[in-house]
Order: sequence, then C-alpha cells, then structure tokens
Amino acid sequence: MGAPERSRVVALEVNGEQVELEVPARRLLVHFIRDDLGLTGTHVGCDTGNCGACTIQLDGRPVKSCMVLAVQVDGAKVTTVEGLASNGELTPLQQSFNAHHALQCGYCTPGMLMSASALLARNPHPTEDEVRYALQGNICRCTGYVNIVEAVVAAGGSA
Amino acid sequence: MTTVTEESTTLKRGFVGQSIPRKEDKRLVQGQGTFFDDVRRHGMGYVHFVRSPYAHAKIISIDVSEALELEGVYGTITGDEVAIHTDPFFEMSVEPGGLIKDYALAVGRVRHMGEPVAAVCAATRELARDAAELIEVEYDPLPVLTDAEEALKDEVVLHEEAGSNVVWSGVFEWGAVDQALAEADHVVRIERLHFHRFSSTPLECAGALVEYDKGTGEWTLTCNHQMPGVGAIWMAPALRVGIDKLRFVTHDIGGGFGNKICLHPQYVVLCLLARKLGRPVQWTEWRTDQHTANAHGNERTFLDVEVGVMADGTMTGFKVRALDDCGAFPRYEPLGCIIWAQVTPGLYGWRNIKVDFTQVCTNKSPVSPNRGYSRMQHLWLTERIVDIVAAELGFDPVEIRKRNYVKAEQMPYETPNGCVYDSGDYAAALDIALELIDSGSIEERRQEAAARGKLLGFGIGSTLDSGTNNFGQSTLLNPDLQFSGNNEAASVKLDIFGEVVVTLGTVPQGQGHETTAAQVVADILGCSPDMVNVRRGHDTWFNSHAGFSGTYASQFAFTGLGAVKGAAELVREEMIQLAAAVLQAPPEAIELADGFARVKDGPEEAALPFMALGAIINANNAFLPPDFNPTLNHRYVCRPYFGMVDKERKTGQLTLTYATQIHAAVVEIDPETGEVDIVDYAAVDDCGVRINPQIVEGQVHGATAHAIGAALHEEFVYDEEGTLLTANFYDYHVPHAMDMPPLKTGAMESPSPVAPLGAKGMGEGGGGGIHCICSAIQDALRAAGGAIVSTSCNPPHRVWSMLQDPAATRANVSVTPK
Repeated sequence: MGAPERSRVVALEVNGEQVELEVPARRLLVHFIRDDLGLTGTHVGCDTGNCGACTIQLDGRPVKSCMVLAVQVDGAKVTTVEGLASNGELTPLQQSFNAHHALQCGYCTPGMLMSASALLARNPHPTEDEVRYALQGNICRCTGYVNIVEAVVAAGGSA
Repeated sequence: MTTVTEESTTLKRGFVGQSIPRKEDKRLVQGQGTFFDDVRRHGMGYVHFVRSPYAHAKIISIDVSEALELEGVYGTITGDEVAIHTDPFFEMSVEPGGLIKDYALAVGRVRHMGEPVAAVCAATRELARDAAELIEVEYDPLPVLTDAEEALKDEVVLHEEAGSNVVWSGVFEWGAVDQALAEADHVVRIERLHFHRFSSTPLECAGALVEYDKGTGEWTLTCNHQMPGVGAIWMAPALRVGIDKLRFVTHDIGGGFGNKICLHPQYVVLCLLARKLGRPVQWTEWRTDQHTANAHGNERTFLDVEVGVMADGTMTGFKVRALDDCGAFPRYEPLGCIIWAQVTPGLYGWRNIKVDFTQVCTNKSPVSPNRGYSRMQHLWLTERIVDIVAAELGFDPVEIRKRNYVKAEQMPYETPNGCVYDSGDYAAALDIALELIDSGSIEERRQEAAARGKLLGFGIGSTLDSGTNNFGQSTLLNPDLQFSGNNEAASVKLDIFGEVVVTLGTVPQGQGHETTAAQVVADILGCSPDMVNVRRGHDTWFNSHAGFSGTYASQFAFTGLGAVKGAAELVREEMIQLAAAVLQAPPEAIELADGFARVKDGPEEAALPFMALGAIINANNAFLPPDFNPTLNHRYVCRPYFGMVDKERKTGQLTLTYATQIHAAVVEIDPETGEVDIVDYAAVDDCGVRINPQIVEGQVHGATAHAIGAALHEEFVYDEEGTLLTANFYDYHVPHAMDMPPLKTGAMESPSPVAPLGAKGMGEGGGGGIHCICSAIQDALRAAGGAIVSTSCNPPHRVWSMLQDPAATRANVSVTPK
C-alpha cells in the first residue's frame, strides 16, 4: 500500500461554469467554495453542522457544505447563492426577502435562500408549515423567522 | 398589526415613518456582502488559539518548539511574551476588582475553560490548527469555582492580586425601604431567584484581519468589533501606543447583540503577531470557542427579596441582595453593577428601593454586554416580584400591573434614583397586547386545554428598553473614572456630481442604519433615499467617529440619527445659501425638493440640480466671493445632555430614552413531560417615532426570539469541574423555524420629547419574552399545585420538577402577615 493520497483533482460545475482544481483531501467543501473559488457568499456559522449558513445546492438538493469534503463533489453540480440572480436581476425569492424584511445582518441569508429555493423548486406553492419544516436546518439569530417564512410563502404565491 | 399613532411634533414626516425596503439587502441577498472573513491579503497568516481544557489551573510550562518546526508555520506567541510587550487592560472597578490583572493571553494561570494560553499563525487554517495541537502546555489543576455564592466565601480565590473574588460591591438605597416595609399591610418575601447564563450568540463569530504598518507604527483591524471607540480605549494603552495607531474598519457584520464588544484581548494578540511576524494575520473564531470563551450574558442571583404591599395592591417598595457572576474576568464589568439602575423601579411607581449589589468572579467564561444588558436581569426581577405578589395575595396580574404602573399623565416621570422616563403609556400598551391575544377568552381556553389534559397559562412581561447611555454612571461605581456623557458622529457631504454621501460612526450589525440614515437625510435635503449613499460600516480614518462610537445600548435612533440629522442640516443650510447666491434670490425663498434647490413658486429655470451645487463648490468656485466659503461637507457630533450624576446619592440621568415593550403569552404545558408550548404570543412596542416601522417590527421579532430561546432552552450549563456542557449549537439549542410560535405585534408611538427625531432606541427589547413566559408558566402551574417560578430558564425537565414537587418551590416564598 502506498502513502495516503493527500490531494486530488476535482472537476465540477459551479454556478454553471466548469471548475477543475487540485484540493487537499481534507478540505471541506465550504472552504473550497470560499477560499479556493472566492465565492464568499456562502458563510460559516458553526462547527457542528447545525446552523445552515453554508447551505448550497448539490445536484439541486440543499446540502450543508461544511459536512461534505471537497473531494466528494467531483463530477457534481454545485449552486451557491451567487448563482441565483442572473445579470443582476434578483429572483422573485430574493426580491421577496427584501420586500418582507426577511434579513437583518444578512449572514444566514445565503443559506436560507438556498434551502428555500430548493423547496420552491420541488414544491412551488408551499404552506407556512412546509416552509418552516424546510428551513429548520437554517439558524437565524436576527429575525425570529417571522419575515423569512412570510417571504418564502409569498414567493411561492400562496400567501 | 394594531397601530395607535400620535403625530410627532418634532419632525416633518416624509420618508421618515415609511417602511421603505432596506438599501442593504440588494448585496446581502446575492451573497455580495463583505464580512471580515471574506477579506484576503497577500501573504496573510491564519491564527489559531491554544485554549485551556481546565477551568482553573496553573500553567507550568508551554513548549512551542514542535509547532515551529512544522512547515508553513509562521510563528507563535505565548502569555510570557504578552506580559513583556503589553500592559494589563485597564480595570474600571475600585478595589478589589480594580487590582485584577487581565492580559491578552493567560499569564501563569488559566481561570476558565477555553481561555487562550498561546496562539499560532500559519499559512492555512488547517495548518494553524495542526500546529496548535503540537504546542505542549503543562497544567497543574486548581480547585474550581462555578457558583457565585461559593465564590463569595473566598476559600478559593481566582485573582490572587485582588485577594478576593469580589469585583465590586455597594448598596443603593433610595427612599426609605425599611419604613415602607414596616408600614405595608403585607410583606412578601422571596428567598431566591436566579437569572441564568445565556447569550445571543450571533451567527457570525468574532474575528479580525490585522495589518501592521512598520513605517507608521499603525495597525489596521478589518474586523467586526461593534464598539471600536471603546475597544481602542482598552487596546491602545495595553499596546503602549496612542489611540491614533489603531484603525478599525468594519464592513458587514453578522450580528452582534453586545457579544462583539469585548474582543480586545484577542485583537491585542493579533496586533502583536502582525508586528512580530511582519505579515497580515487573520483570526476567525470557531463556534465552540465563541460559546466557551468569549461573551456570556450576566448571570444574577437575587436573594432575600422583600416587597411591601398595601391591602389594595399598591406596592410601596422592595429590597434585594443581587449577586452577579461575571465569570473569570470583569472585562466590561463592573458596569453591569450600575446599568440596571437605569430601570430601577421597572415600569412601576415604587418609591422605596434598596439593592445591595455584589459582583464576583467564577471559573466560567467572561461576560460581556448581551442584548438587554443588565437591565433585563433587573426587569425580570421586577416582573417576577409582581407575579409572585399577585399569586400570593390573590391579585389579578393585569390589575396589579395597571394599579402600579407609572401613569401616562405622570410622564415625564422621575424615578427614585433620578432617571427620567421620557414618555409612554404602559396601561394602554398592555391593553393592546391583551386584545391581540384575546385575553377575554383565557378561562374558556383554559378549560378547553384542561379537557385535552393540558395546563394552559397566560402571562405578561412588561419591560423597558432604556437607550442612550450616560457613561457618567460609571462614576457611581468608581468615582475616579473620567467618563461621562455620550457622543456619536456622522458626516454628510454633497459631492461633485451631486452625490449625497453619508458616513456613520456607528457600527451596524443588521439594524438597517444605511436605510434609516438615508430616510432622515432625504427628508432634510429634499431628495429620495435612493440618492443617498450611506457608507457601509465604520472606518476610524474617516474622522467620522467619536469617543463612544459604536452600535450598542439602544442609541442609534438618538445619537446616531441625531448626528446624521445635525450634519445634514448644516449641509442643507449651505445648499440654500449657495442656491440663493447663484439664483439671486433671498435664502428664505429657496426650497430643496426632488433633488433640486429652487426658488419657491419661481420659474422652472430658477432651479439648480444637486449636481450643479456639488460641482460649483468642488470644482468651479472661482466666482464665489472670498467671505463666502461653504464646503457642503460637514461632520456633526451628537452629544446628548445628561447633567452630572450625584455620586453621594447615586442619582442622575443614567440614560435618556425609554422604549416600552409589553409582551403577552399563552402557553400550554404537557404535565407528562413538562414541555411548554407557546400557543399565542403578542409583543407591543412603543419606541416613539418609528423611522422605519418595518425595521422596528423586525427588531421586535428578533428580541422576542432571543427571549423565547432563553426562557425555554438556551442555557450555558457547567459541570462541577467548570466544563461547559453546551459549547456549540449542537448542545445549545437556539430557536429554529419550527420552534417559533406565530408572533402578533402591535405598536404605539409616544414620541420622546428629548430625542432629536422623537425616536427612541429599541433594539434590545428588555427581555419581555423571558418575563412573560415565566409569568405564563407560573399561571399554568396554578392548577397543578401552584409552583412558583424562580428561575428564568424553564426547559421541560425544570417544569417537570416543579410539577412533581410544587411545595418545594413554594417554600421559597412567604407572606407576613398571612
């Protein structure tokens, strides 16, 4: 048996663009996204996988990027908060967050948006309970969730 | 939302008063905010702290040699070096607390779990962590103190140089308490109440990127300190430099809540490392470190409470021994030993109050201000007193409150210790809350719940958010301190192409300052908030800060916006003068509107766009007469007037505005499990003029969520060895979306007669949710043995215990005569 592999080349699609990079085997996906790709919209709020500030979409599913190693996403499709708006045009969900005052400090917001947009993709008109259930893995310390839930429900059009 | 509005007399409303969507949001919803951890520098090193696994131990030795041998490690620092290159931070207390020596790293001894003993800097985060593991620290464990009452005995002393665990103690007495108790029809005695240890745990942890300029000897801290003015006062003397050598820069900050005020120890270590290693250094706190060793809220035990009550329910006075636990070091303390006095009688007409206050150190995390700082603990005491008196003597909790509340017609009301409650109508706010939760149907709902085997309870939390701190109150703790008053700065300019640019001294962390400042400026200059560029964050180099600059103590609405208003008015005056000169009209004929300075009712061409005004002053000014020199660029310092405090009588205006919050909750308890379910909740806020009602409501929601978390599950629990058992979000459960009940909000506006815009600070919220949930739990337990709620945190196991043995909780309370 040879020495353990300390790094590996990963190739993946990030926000619609192909990326190929050598990464240390132990690097977390969130640090790969932030430090190697410079996409700093994805945040780190804890060290136990509880807060959800680092939520991204991995092949369309919301995933906490601090609970995944970068080498595990070889061949996958990753979407981060930077991939939501196109040409500066905010998505209806992003606009709804602004209209409903669903953010204060904005630190949890990218993760909230990634969880909520994944919800809307699979359930375009969620109820309040469905929204709360879908966002239970994302901690917000500023808003008490009231306006976040309202914004997601409104973006789904069933308000 | 129920809204009762009184028109402000102090202000013409335009954009002020409207819920315009926030200017900050566009970048934040796209992940384009800039938080300190997003900032990179060429060649920067990552810092990791080596922390004590012991709560109390002597440091025998620290060996960094193996770490230094690891490739990619730039260097290390230990307590010994810190003791050589810095002085201990200045202590605000008189002796014995004033004798404590607090350095940036532990020197010779650790006093709480997680205390930094060394730091290492390396090329990557991962490497810094690896290197920290290679640093060998030998400890000799010492006996541990985790209980404030034990600490009072001084059998184990944390700080030998102080000789005692007591940081500060003193007696406050206003009126004649013993006489009031002697003359009362009843005296209710409560042996012990405990306000627990928790904190608001902002989602973004602390940190900074620190650069040292060898040529000028200046440090630049790109950071998330929320009170740089005071941070620099701590840091500069410790680093043996002038305050001009420290430049604080903040961008977006991921929440603060007071927990980012006491970052000076870590920041000093970063400054030393940046200088020693000759490279930028970056530190991002780990969540577990944030919980273990940064900023807990003050834990306070109230002993021997005695309350005088007349037969009609009028409460005449109370006395109490308060024992505050500030953890291992009194960083911002002992200010918590006086800050509570801003709300000495709570919302009530008590004229005779005696508080015997002592603060001690224990082997737990240091505390720092935490949303509702020190007042929340005291207000919880007053609300517990009211509900316990009501329960013991058979008064209705609503009626006894209304009987004892300070009345609207008494405003402005001077408290026994000389604070002035500026405005408010507590009984009216309570009525709105009662209506929102349909209090008339409580008994019916109680029966319906009982039929389902549930215990239903209804509770009220009346609270005040005192804002705009008078730092002179510190001299009531230590007469030698040279602090008084308060200040905040802002600057406003009209730039060359007509851009309106606003710079704040404040350090927002989500409060929407860019939006509300733009609203105020837009109304004064006659343009839209979209035209106003409010610079993000704080930068000491802008000269737009003052000694107390920061965002804390519910004061932006007063001092922050007061400074913005002052600066905008100076610019407005010059714009009018300039337009009058150019348009050859008298100044009183000029109006500023829609982005123009124009002659009122004049011809269309008698108008100058802002661009013309900005261009004339900045780039085309030769024709202006020599004695006319407008700059269209003004800095203004808002310095509120407090007068001096009376150090002998311990009285004075300790703060200037008092926002009111009345919360009401209906809970259902499952007697099998002790689980508390909030089934109805209302929060009513009166903060005077609301600059942006939507932002105000957002603050109410957030403060309520903090309070609900604290009341039901958030607690920093230590074992007997001083190990923190709830050291991260895995064990320390903050409310999630599923935990939060629907919130109903209501608002009133009683404009402040003293604030520049009639607006009162309101972001801290006073902990109303903690008070009302304790109140509701006690009400629910009436039908199951009548337990008395004596602690501020009531998770299921504690409620279950109260259900099992209500008599034990009742032994805490007695009434004379029966």
